[in-house]
Amino acid sequence: MHHLQLIWTFFRIGILNELAYRVNFYVQFLQSLLSLGTAIAGLTIVFSHTESLGGWQAVDILALLGVFMFVGGLIRLVIQPSMAQLMDDVRRGTFDFTLTKPCDAQFLTSISQIHIWRISDIVLGLGVLSFALIDRGLPLTLLETLSFAMVMFTGGAIIYSFWLMLATLTFWFLRIENILIIFQSMYEAGRWPIGIYPHWLRFVLTFLVPVAFAITVPAEALSGRLTTENLITSFFLSLFMLALSRWFWKRGVKNYAGASA
Amino acid sequence: MKHYLDIYFAFFKTSLAIQFQYRVAMAIWMIGRILEPIVYLVVWSTVAQAHGGRVGTYTPADFAAYYIVLMIVNQFTFTWIMHEYDYRIRHGELSNLLLKPIHPIHSDIADNIAYKILMSLIIFPAAGLVHVLFSANLIFHIHAFFAFLLALFIAFFVRFFIEWTLALIAFWTTRNEAINQMYFTLGLFLSGRIAPIDLLPDWVRLIADVLPFRWAVAFPVELMLNRLSPEQIWHGFMMQSSYLLIGFILLKLTWRAGIKKYSAVGS
Repeated sequence: MHHLQLIWTFFRIGILNELAYRVNFYVQFLQSLLSLGTAIAGLTIVFSHTESLGGWQAVDILALLGVFMFVGGLIRLVIQPSMAQLMDDVRRGTFDFTLTKPCDAQFLTSISQIHIWRISDIVLGLGVLSFALIDRGLPLTLLETLSFAMVMFTGGAIIYSFWLMLATLTFWFLRIENILIIFQSMYEAGRWPIGIYPHWLRFVLTFLVPVAFAITVPAEALSGRLTTENLITSFFLSLFMLALSRWFWKRGVKNYAGASA
Repeated sequence: MKHYLDIYFAFFKTSLAIQFQYRVAMAIWMIGRILEPIVYLVVWSTVAQAHGGRVGTYTPADFAAYYIVLMIVNQFTFTWIMHEYDYRIRHGELSNLLLKPIHPIHSDIADNIAYKILMSLIIFPAAGLVHVLFSANLIFHIHAFFAFLLALFIAFFVRFFIEWTLALIAFWTTRNEAINQMYFTLGLFLSGRIAPIDLLPDWVRLIADVLPFRWAVAFPVELMLNRLSPEQIWHGFMMQSSYLLIGFILLKLTWRAGIKKYSAVGS
């Protein structure tokens, strides 16, 4: 309960901070629209030469695009800015202030920055997702809805843990912003189903940069191709990643000595 | 001429020394540039395999050859100047460049070439690897190769002039992001990165014929792959030369107008 209250507070601060820059809202929205238009135009070109891609119909890929935008928006809304803030804090020694607050430091760090205008990707992503679901005609069954919600949640947890581990590296190596670039470059590959890639790339996108579980697997749930195996793997992998990143975070904080001490 | 060569040589030396310090960061930035063509190569190969082994005139091995050459052409012609100029102007950094007794475009060109030289240590092995992994159908034609080199050389300057001119819009707006993204999006389609130009819908191809993107990226690629008829090659070089001239004139005019508008921040 207390944590929810904190999230709400940070959310409000995020809104207040960005209300001062209202033009940014339009710029951000325009950019989101443009990238959505680009993605749809790209799909149109590919599907003007084929009816399906690796077994996925156009409408399934559209749902995949919705998930891609939604998850990407979530990352840019809170995860990426918060982790960037962490790196900055550790470098300048202001991470002291987070540690001395009477609340779990990992939790505070993870929600410290909310760039509210990035919500445009999330809204558009949900819009694309709903459009794809309506367009395919049949309503989702209860089982599909539940399994989608679950793999979406576990996929989000996997992505979050992955980012947290990358950012935690900052306790040992001060300059690591560039590592985040690796993630952003690889994330782009997630706008297509992982199954079409050759083995080596599929491996990278599943285990080194877990785009597969964050995007392809939830989209599978929406098009009735989610296997029980993937559902269970996603569940246990998310538990494992959450525990691992927690452990790694604790190691990192122990290693933190402040900047001026 | 000798004078300019000396200056460029000095620029190269400092530029290489500076950039060598950031080699890891620069290598990391290359990942996206290498991954993007691989992603579209995979997409189109998948489509081709589902349709009896070809899309239009391209087999999967042809797509591999196309995207390998595209990766190299895009790497050697791209600039990052559009992302840098609004910073330069907003922070008044341009003032330092203006004090030098030489037009600031020269140090940008030298920086760009130095970077490309350094990064060829990454892009060529990557291209080789893609060649093997996707068994590309890349046949070396000596005439095509020399035409390709010439087209690549012109393409570099076409892109440099146009992107430098667009970057100068920062003199008036100081926030270029929206324009940059618009340009980037157009380039994605019209320079043959999402798909080879022949696979685009007719009306898009008409636009691609008129705008510079195709001539600055896809044209050298198609030359290297020996996919063009003599008339098409001739037409392509004509378009390239026209855009080289147009770009140069626009650059001159925009620079002259912009520099008048510029009042350094913090002065």
